Amino acid sequence: MNRPLRRVALACLVLFGLLLAQANWVQVVRSKDYREDSRNQRVLLRTYDRERGPILVGAGTARRAVARSVETDDALKYLRTYPGGEVYAPVTGFASLVYGFSGVERLEDDVLSGEDERLLVRRLSDYITGREVVGGSVLLTLDPRAQQAAWRALAGRRGAVVALDPRTGAVLAMVSFPSYDPTTVSSHDPKQIRASYERLLADPLDPLLNRAVERTYPPGSTFKIVTAAAALSADYTPRSRLRSPRVLDLPGTTANLRNFAGESCGGATVTLADAMRTSCNTAFAGLGMAVGEERMAAQARRFGLDGEGLRLPQRVATSVFPRDLTEAQEAQSAIGQYDVRVTPLQMAMVAAGVANGGELMTPYLVREVLAPDLSVLSLTDPESQGRAVSPEVAAQLTAMMELVVTSGTGTRAQIPGVRVAGKTGTAQHGEGRPAHNWFVGFAPANAPRVAVAVVLEEGGGTGGRLAAPVAKAVMQAVLR
Amino acid sequence: MPVTRSATDRPRAQAAVDAQAPRSSRSAEAGLLVFAVLLAVAAHASVGIGRAGEVGGDTVLFGLVLAGLALLGHLALRRLAPHADPVVLPVVVLLNGLGIAIVHRLDLGAADRARQAGSAVPDADAPLQLLWTGVGLVAFVLVLVVVRDHARLARYAYTCAAAGIVLLLLPAIPGLGATINGARLWVRVGPMSVQPSEVAKVLLMVFFAAYLVSTRDVLSLAGRRVLGLDLPRARDLGPVLLAWAASIAVLVREKDLGSSLLFFGIFVVMLYIATERTSWLLIGLGMFLASSLVAYQAFGHVQKRVDTWLDPFSDPSGSGYQLVQGLFGMGTGGLLGTGLGQGSPNTVPFAKTDFVLAALGEEMGLAGVMAVLLLFALVVERGLRTALQCRDSFGKLLAAGLAFSLALQVFVIAGGVTGLIPLTGVTLPWLSYGGSSVVANYGLVALLLRISSAARRPAPAPLSPAAARATLAEAPTTVVRRP
Repeated sequence: MNRPLRRVALACLVLFGLLLAQANWVQVVRSKDYREDSRNQRVLLRTYDRERGPILVGAGTARRAVARSVETDDALKYLRTYPGGEVYAPVTGFASLVYGFSGVERLEDDVLSGEDERLLVRRLSDYITGREVVGGSVLLTLDPRAQQAAWRALAGRRGAVVALDPRTGAVLAMVSFPSYDPTTVSSHDPKQIRASYERLLADPLDPLLNRAVERTYPPGSTFKIVTAAAALSADYTPRSRLRSPRVLDLPGTTANLRNFAGESCGGATVTLADAMRTSCNTAFAGLGMAVGEERMAAQARRFGLDGEGLRLPQRVATSVFPRDLTEAQEAQSAIGQYDVRVTPLQMAMVAAGVANGGELMTPYLVREVLAPDLSVLSLTDPESQGRAVSPEVAAQLTAMMELVVTSGTGTRAQIPGVRVAGKTGTAQHGEGRPAHNWFVGFAPANAPRVAVAVVLEEGGGTGGRLAAPVAKAVMQAVLR
Repeated sequence: MPVTRSATDRPRAQAAVDAQAPRSSRSAEAGLLVFAVLLAVAAHASVGIGRAGEVGGDTVLFGLVLAGLALLGHLALRRLAPHADPVVLPVVVLLNGLGIAIVHRLDLGAADRARQAGSAVPDADAPLQLLWTGVGLVAFVLVLVVVRDHARLARYAYTCAAAGIVLLLLPAIPGLGATINGARLWVRVGPMSVQPSEVAKVLLMVFFAAYLVSTRDVLSLAGRRVLGLDLPRARDLGPVLLAWAASIAVLVREKDLGSSLLFFGIFVVMLYIATERTSWLLIGLGMFLASSLVAYQAFGHVQKRVDTWLDPFSDPSGSGYQLVQGLFGMGTGGLLGTGLGQGSPNTVPFAKTDFVLAALGEEMGLAGVMAVLLLFALVVERGLRTALQCRDSFGKLLAAGLAFSLALQVFVIAGGVTGLIPLTGVTLPWLSYGGSSVVANYGLVALLLRISSAARRPAPAPLSPAAARATLAEAPTTVVRRP
């Protein structure tokens, strides 16, 4: 019986050989495919298995986390919590088991999860020494005082506030109302996450929307800054006299254009500076037709309209200045109506461009990327986006905008002891709907440190009455 | 395999070596057992470290119990089978201990999942498995005590056959059998469910060996030679047809694809070894292929298994879920694994039983899987070597059957889990959670070691040269180890 026995032994050898080969096939050759397959729950579990880095705001000892991971004793080792809550939600976004990542959580996921190559050396040494891999942290440019002030000043009204440091482009405040608590979608209970998220999605007020960058509005009279910039960059001066009828016939139409509440602007003609101060619609509409579509569009582009590709942290909606305009449309576009659409961030950039002597800085939200031991891995360098207007034009615009606050439509933005420049706006959108209320401005006018844009959706009043005090509160918080 | 035929006067030299063998074999075994227990305890401890950063208190208890059981097995061998192969028991204890460590790890994972879902934490299975290991070692000792001479077993061949068939068909009896996970191969006894086919497997192999040894002459000699093959007479096909019918019955009545395949495979291979006729192998293979084709056509569950095997990713969240999750686990484990306690083996359904190799592959990596497969290969090799060494036909055939049954069972389940062959649910011996399997396989190993002890027992010395020649003339072959 020994001959067949040897053959059976050989057959067993072959069987085990096949098993070993197949194990190598599964665990070596196909390993990477299986490990990275999106249907492999381990991918997600691993994200929750290491400590995700915090998202920080503030400087020095006032530095605090607006998003951080805390250890738990359930299967997913770390739970993401958001001490910043709804105030910071439009910026932090969420990290959800079910719905993935949004906001800075998504933008800076590599750093926070520890996968970023700048953390590679550290990760290797962690691996060798057997320490747990920990994510890096992200320090935002947001100023906690400005952010809180903006949230408080909005006081439950639909709208958004954006504040920039005009010298660098750093975002100091970004608030959107209504908002949501990211903790409700970052829990470890998929059923609860789905319920919360469905509720947020179904909310007609759309709390998941970051109104500061994701929605565009007609800018109304705040756009007169851009129209004035185009005129001053041509051959106009603040003292140039403009026709200012009570009612302006729009060429080629039966419609006409009136001033706010049908008022006169103080005579048949006014200076450009006065037209700005009183926000004279007929004068600016005429100015728009005189400057023309080309120069208007070019000026708008230099302030950043029609630009794309900014992520702050969401993809920023493109602000647009319409083209192929009739004369009547030119007139309407000059006062920020017709098809002009801007994000609040865009209007803050217009104010910041003027404040920074005409040079427009690219807005950014991440100040520093930090290793887990809080050593700085990278620091964002401010970046110029080019010149929007010449320093002279910027100075003229600043002076005109100061008049708006000292003796024009924006007096409610005055701050004792600080020179404030600004422009109000009350933008119509659709028949019979309350207007959007705007204020954009900066302070101090002589050495600007903060530029701000405020929009109150369908605020029901005027920009000067409702939006200016919000802007004032935010600027005060930064300057204090 | 380091085995040669001996045609010289080596037997005497070997007898001299074997005279000292018992003592040195058993001390080697003791050393290996210490190593096996230490390895298993290390695995258990590393589960605690991987999960909580510290060694759990239950590791100490586990180590003490396992060491005690290993000692029990070792002392039993010293007394009852002093010449038995020294490698088999340590390897089995290591596989068993490793299995309990993995079941323990899966217990912790299941508890976490339950807590997370807010449901009741399920009872831990690892202590139960340790208890079953104890029962297994008692069975091990009992077999060694009761079966003092394996040759005598042949007398009880038909008793074994009857008992085996009754056990096999027990689950099919209404009211007694229970269907678990689609297969009706369990018997409920009070709160426990027992899988009698595991015990039946061993009993039937005893019967096969005895029956085939008594009929091998007629099965191998009669017949015609066609195309270089010795074909058996039609009337001698009876036994193989019967075995085939029995395994088909198991398949149809109990939907147990794995056991059915196992029984038929073991029988055909034992038939081949007994008769030395390749034709039996080909006939068996032909019957297997034909019935596989029919089964594929006739049974939905067989068809589904095959389709899932061909493309598990066609329905990754349905019929392919288990296989796909297992592959994900093993793929994620890669070369070295995530480390015990640091993967997510609980995402694979039945990770404690059929898919224990996937759990092992995820946390101990390819290194762990290959080590375990080689350990099984070692037991199989030792078993086949025992068969070669054995001096009587019955012992030879039984040892070969026992060893081959292990190889086939490991191939069927490990091949199924890794996607090499269609998945059929059988346990991975000693590693999978399950009392019947552990107890039956300890019984199997006890029989193997009983035969091994007899095979390695030195011939009564001293022998005169004439007597030695006579012994040599009696035994056509003898087997020695190459130095």
